[in-house]
Amino acid sequence: MFGDERTERIIGILSDSFFPILKAGLQFTIPLTLITFSLGLILAFFTAVARISGFKPLVLLTRFYVWIFRGTPLLVQLFIIFYGLPSVGITLDPFMAAVIVFTLNKGAYSSEIIRAAIQSINKGQWEAAFSIGMTKSQAMKRIVLPQAIRVSLPPLGNSFISLVKDTSLAATITVTELFQKGQQIAAVTYEPLWLYIEVAFIYLIFSTVLSYLQDKLEIRYGRGVAK
Amino acid sequence: MITIDNLYKRFDKLEVLKGVSLSIDKGKTAVIIGPSGSGKTTLLRCLNLLEMPDKGTITLGDKTLQITENSRLKQGEIVSFRKQTGMVFQSYNLFPHLTAIENVMEGQVTVLKRSKDEARKKALSLLEKVGLQDRADMYPFQLSGGQQQRVGIARAMAMDPEVLLFDEPTSALDPELVGEVLKVMKDLANEGMTMVVVTHEMKFASEAADQVIFMDDGVVVEKGTPDEVFNATKNPRTMQFLNKVAER
Ligand SMILES: Nc1ncnc2c1ncn2[C@@H]1O[C@H](COP(=O)(O)OP(=O)(O)OP(=O)(O)O)[C@@H](O)[C@H]1O
Ligand SMILES: [Mg+2]
Repeated sequence: MFGDERTERIIGILSDSFFPILKAGLQFTIPLTLITFSLGLILAFFTAVARISGFKPLVLLTRFYVWIFRGTPLLVQLFIIFYGLPSVGITLDPFMAAVIVFTLNKGAYSSEIIRAAIQSINKGQWEAAFSIGMTKSQAMKRIVLPQAIRVSLPPLGNSFISLVKDTSLAATITVTELFQKGQQIAAVTYEPLWLYIEVAFIYLIFSTVLSYLQDKLEIRYGRGVAK
Repeated sequence: MITIDNLYKRFDKLEVLKGVSLSIDKGKTAVIIGPSGSGKTTLLRCLNLLEMPDKGTITLGDKTLQITENSRLKQGEIVSFRKQTGMVFQSYNLFPHLTAIENVMEGQVTVLKRSKDEARKKALSLLEKVGLQDRADMYPFQLSGGQQQRVGIARAMAMDPEVLLFDEPTSALDPELVGEVLKVMKDLANEGMTMVVVTHEMKFASEAADQVIFMDDGVVVEKGTPDEVFNATKNPRTMQFLNKVAER
């Protein structure tokens, strides 16, 4: 297909660029994913609990929040926070802006997953917990949540893995994460096909490792379920 | 031990309990019978406040709750009243993510703040009592219905309740498993546990009950010893119900 010289050049470019791109991934993509996923989960949990609390102001507030962040594109949210806010005097560092937007966005989606999982737990479980003298928060923590976590792990795991890939959008607000790094190298080497395949390959490594962790977690929380 | 006076409960427009009064002495077993929809489950759930009565008075042990239409109990009051009761459910409601012994330990550790060791010891002796010491480390899905229900009884007993409430504990069971659960209940009755049992098992009622309470349409129609209710009733509604049950 190519002459030997071309092949050698491509191999040279790919091996020279592999570690810089991987490094960008480890420096930005992975931290961005882990930080926003963790913060997003915390936010999602409180949002879900507020949503099912039945306390009207909280319910309305959380519904509004979820409505906004699920109903608008992630890219637009990034642009509003990073390029838009400076015009009202709020300038954020790109990584910070990405963390904020991804957290809010993930929090909205995950809160719906967690809410559905909590509500899927049979009412009899609450009653059994109450019948042995538990308070609402004890019943939630000890009985309902452990079961809800198991139910929500597969969808949360999927959303975690899509977050790894979604972080590539941070390139649009100048975060030099994995994809941005690949773009920069492609621009100077004129080998976009091979570079982007390499970028894809590194994402694939990341998501494969993360799926593996997800499987481990699902096994751990699968206690007490017929196989 | 338990006194219920003029208890009312409605769901929206449907009046389910229409002034129920009864009393059960300490150490005695009362069996509640009655047709479907007569309010037996609701009465039991009002006793441990899983359902909040609209009005009436409930005395349990040394606590008396006087409920009126505008009383609004705090969670703490509800929980401390409820702690005097243990409940056994028709559908067992074991915690599926915990093993049999963990099911029996959970409330002891979380609610009564017993140490794990202490809770485990107590759980083991209760499991032994219900004949399941060798199933302690199994998860509910690995147990038969009868075994699950016996764990349910041990779980309720672990909290040292003043009274045990049973809502049709055997009606979800295959016929051949009913006996093992009733046996455990009879043992408890003989040991002087105070129990309120909603059941359709008339044989159990006549053998184990000190008092039979017949409910129909939200009121107590008749109460008495098993002999009085089963063999000597003059009440046409009781007779009609007993005949229907005998036909099955
Ligand atoms: N949470 C609820 N909301 C609305 N209606 C209810 C509720 N719980 C019970 N009911 C109604 O109250 C009535 C009495 O119900 P209950 O469960 O106490 O009867 P029961 O005597 O236990 O009957 P069964 O023998 O079928 O268990 C029924 O008509 C039932 O539909
Ligand atoms: Mg019932």
